[in-house]
Amino acid sequence: MAIQNMSSKNTATTQQLIIIGNGMVGHHLVEQLVDNGALDRYQVTVFGEERHRAYDRVHLSEYFSGRDADSLALCEADYYAVSGVELRTGEAVIEIDRSAQEVVTDQGRYAYDRLVLATGSFPFVPPIPGNDRDGCLVYRTLDDLDAIQAAAENATTGVVVGGGLLGLEAANALRGLNLDTAVVEFASRLMPMQVDSEGGELLREKIEELGVQVLLERATQRIEDGEASRHRMVFQDDKVLETDLIVFSAGIRPRDQLARDCGLEIGERGGVVVDNQCLTSDPAILAIGEVALWNQSIFGLVAPGYQMAKAALSTLTEGDTQFGGADMSTKLKLLGVDVGSIGDAHGNQNPGARMFRYLDPIKQEYRKLVVSSDGKKLLGAMLVGDNGVYDTLLQYYSNGIELPDEPASLILPQSSDAAPTLGPGALPETATICSCHNVTKGDICATIDDGAVDLGGVKGVTKASTGCGGCTALLKSVVDHELEARGVEVDKSICEHFAFTRQELYDIVRVEGIKTFSELIEKHGNEDTHRLGCDICKPAAASILASCFNEPITDAAHIPLQDTNDTFMANMQKNGTYSVVPRIAGGEITPDKLIVLGEVAKKYSLYSKVTGGQRIDLFGARLEDLPDIWSELIAAGFETGHAYGKSLRTVKSCVGSTWCRYGVQDSVGMAIQLENRYKGLRSPHKIKFGVSGCTRECAEAQSKDIGIIATENGWNLYVCGNGGMRPRHAELFATDLDDEQLYRTIDRFLMFYVRTADRLQRTSVWRENLDGGLAYLKEVVLEDSLGINDELDRQMQTVVDTYQCEWADAISDPEKLKRFRSFVNDDRPDPSIIMTSERGQLRPA
Amino acid sequence: MTATAMKKEMDMADVQNSEASQNHASENNTAWQKVCTKDDLVAFSGVAAWLETGDGPAQVAIFYLPGPEKGKGDELFALDHHDPFSNANVIARGIVGDLKGAPVVASPIYKQHFRLEGGQCLEDENVKLRTWEIAFKGDEVWIEG
Repeated sequence: MAIQNMSSKNTATTQQLIIIGNGMVGHHLVEQLVDNGALDRYQVTVFGEERHRAYDRVHLSEYFSGRDADSLALCEADYYAVSGVELRTGEAVIEIDRSAQEVVTDQGRYAYDRLVLATGSFPFVPPIPGNDRDGCLVYRTLDDLDAIQAAAENATTGVVVGGGLLGLEAANALRGLNLDTAVVEFASRLMPMQVDSEGGELLREKIEELGVQVLLERATQRIEDGEASRHRMVFQDDKVLETDLIVFSAGIRPRDQLARDCGLEIGERGGVVVDNQCLTSDPAILAIGEVALWNQSIFGLVAPGYQMAKAALSTLTEGDTQFGGADMSTKLKLLGVDVGSIGDAHGNQNPGARMFRYLDPIKQEYRKLVVSSDGKKLLGAMLVGDNGVYDTLLQYYSNGIELPDEPASLILPQSSDAAPTLGPGALPETATICSCHNVTKGDICATIDDGAVDLGGVKGVTKASTGCGGCTALLKSVVDHELEARGVEVDKSICEHFAFTRQELYDIVRVEGIKTFSELIEKHGNEDTHRLGCDICKPAAASILASCFNEPITDAAHIPLQDTNDTFMANMQKNGTYSVVPRIAGGEITPDKLIVLGEVAKKYSLYSKVTGGQRIDLFGARLEDLPDIWSELIAAGFETGHAYGKSLRTVKSCVGSTWCRYGVQDSVGMAIQLENRYKGLRSPHKIKFGVSGCTRECAEAQSKDIGIIATENGWNLYVCGNGGMRPRHAELFATDLDDEQLYRTIDRFLMFYVRTADRLQRTSVWRENLDGGLAYLKEVVLEDSLGINDELDRQMQTVVDTYQCEWADAISDPEKLKRFRSFVNDDRPDPSIIMTSERGQLRPA
Repeated sequence: MTATAMKKEMDMADVQNSEASQNHASENNTAWQKVCTKDDLVAFSGVAAWLETGDGPAQVAIFYLPGPEKGKGDELFALDHHDPFSNANVIARGIVGDLKGAPVVASPIYKQHFRLEGGQCLEDENVKLRTWEIAFKGDEVWIEG
């Protein structure tokens, strides 16, 4: 850093900037400092009390559904080092010495010129006798979650004290640990801050339907030894509740002790008092996030914290961005239930406000509008059960857009007349689309004018929708609308022969039962083209026909459709020879078969290499030798590995519980089962699987299209991962499946992918382009929201039942073997293929 | 096939291809030769053949596009089997299609397209594959080279 500073344009002396706290807001400030070149003037040191670097606390409950500290982390492990910021995790600040301008930790004293407090908040534990018993925990940090997980191991029941937002999150986490879960709330309804009594009642119904017991108006008097369980909670009416585990989530309090101790101004009910520049009563010290008290308010959401971080950056760099308060509107999905709250949702801050309410007790939806006395402006709104209109209402609210003549139409069911949604065209340029990164519609338009041509481009430049993700749908509609307005028309035709996407062609083939390419192009090809097709549509059609009917790809009608790799069932290399990859399911191979591979490679002078997918690749096979090579391999019990096809490649596995000390399931056995089930499935692109026998993940399953990780109770399924050019972590899709459930879920997932993806679209890209994302995918596959699962099951069963080894089929058919001749009129091999020797093997000269 | 029969086929070919012959058979060292039969071909795709020509040996890619009705409007094309972009002999193993109305083959290695008629590369105007006259004589396939 010192060298960098000396050579930088800024000749001023480098100042020491210390940030206390490495939570979401503290980390955001670091990002702002890095992105805005502030490291030229500040040498930044960050102290984090926790041992982990900053992570996503908003999605903390996903820790129990398979995400780990690394995947929740907000940056790559080397981000701080690469950026030149010193991050000291696991080092708590114990004192701020304002006179010496130093912070003190148990490891030393550190001088500062400017100091930022981003210490956040801590969970409030009510002063109940017995609240410090073993197994009485809080829900705030990853370490808290580890403690909850450890305590849950010997528990069957769990109670969350507190029915607010975080309490319901915690309840979700306990459910994720398979505990019988109850929520105890002091108030007369759940989420008293966000919803009214009607909304709260609906919320209670829905949450109880999920098997979570809800106890309202209960004040816990004491916690003592239980009879059937570890603890007994005694309430004000002497009723009792027994449970093994208690999590307190009764609100948060600002972590302002350091500030109190050094004499900074503190609010009556806590919080470090800051002004619009986020400056505390000591101008050398700033405070941001949940520890900061601005205008008598603490902001317990991440978006206002980010806005404070931006104001702090501005203060540190003499800019003029200020913090002017923040909208606390919020859209949540708690235990799968939508809850939305906008502005003055209770209607108690605006005298004369009028309210509209809509309650559907059957569908369990509740919507409420708070409008100004003249009925023209939206002052607030409340949603329970369905957040579908949240985005529209938020735009009316935050942009002061005049309401329609019948405001109630905004919350009435869509089947009735006139339910106007506020189109993206109606939004003003100043409308905030993404509040996490403060991106307006105007910013998006500017990005498009600067050359962004799609959603991904806009996201890359503006970061919109990369925070909490709540604005994804709105962002897409704005981008689409603006692109259209600029005359950008995206032609989705697969090629000049068909005015259809791959998905549309798939539907045509399936619905009309078309079995050949010639029939397809005859009936549905473009009028003004010839009827040959091309190297785009023919392989795509071949793949679709194979997915639907699974006839051998070497049949006469299909041969001209295939790429050379599929035609000759081997992978063409740069000199016109082929590589041969027999299937080695799960990477398990007997010594006898290994010997056969060696003998064949030796006999036909093949270069041999172990692949990344736990198979053996034999290179340099001449076209005319392929049938002989395969006759020998098939005689030894091998079958084709489909390395040439857009189809299942390998199922990589670790050795699993059979040998490994740590394995909890037989991962090799499962890998072999899966590989044999899905081998031969033709798909839009290649598919790779991985199966790990325990959470150590030695099979790297989370980088595969389908990843499976063993648990004590069965299998966790991850989907849509990728290695290669654009690595992507697979996402957790379902947990603790038994073998049958696992097959069924993968069947449906794969068939839905085969049916709807574009040609040459891996699952990762398909997933990123899927409207509705992972949640939609889960609805389709796990909840059958489209009602197609029976059909997907049948289709997959057809593919499984009709599998045959294409090479076994080909070598028994002289007609098919005719193609494997170097020349139709001469037996000589191609004399221009020349090999040379390197490291004891042959390679192309 | 007897020598007499062969001579007769050649005469027929000359008649059938009289127009083409004037353009292509102008050099003295070319002659029509039989390379294979219709059974050796793969409809809407290619096969490779070894050709001894007056200029030395050549590897030829033969493409066969059957007409819409049996035996009528069949088309044959003979192009260099050698792919100038990869220097491998693979053109016969490419996918046949049509682009902008003209039949083409896509090289299986780097996917450049070549017109079956004339051998012009669509991606690089400076590249053109050699072509040969080719015709059916009954069920036999004959090439002038």
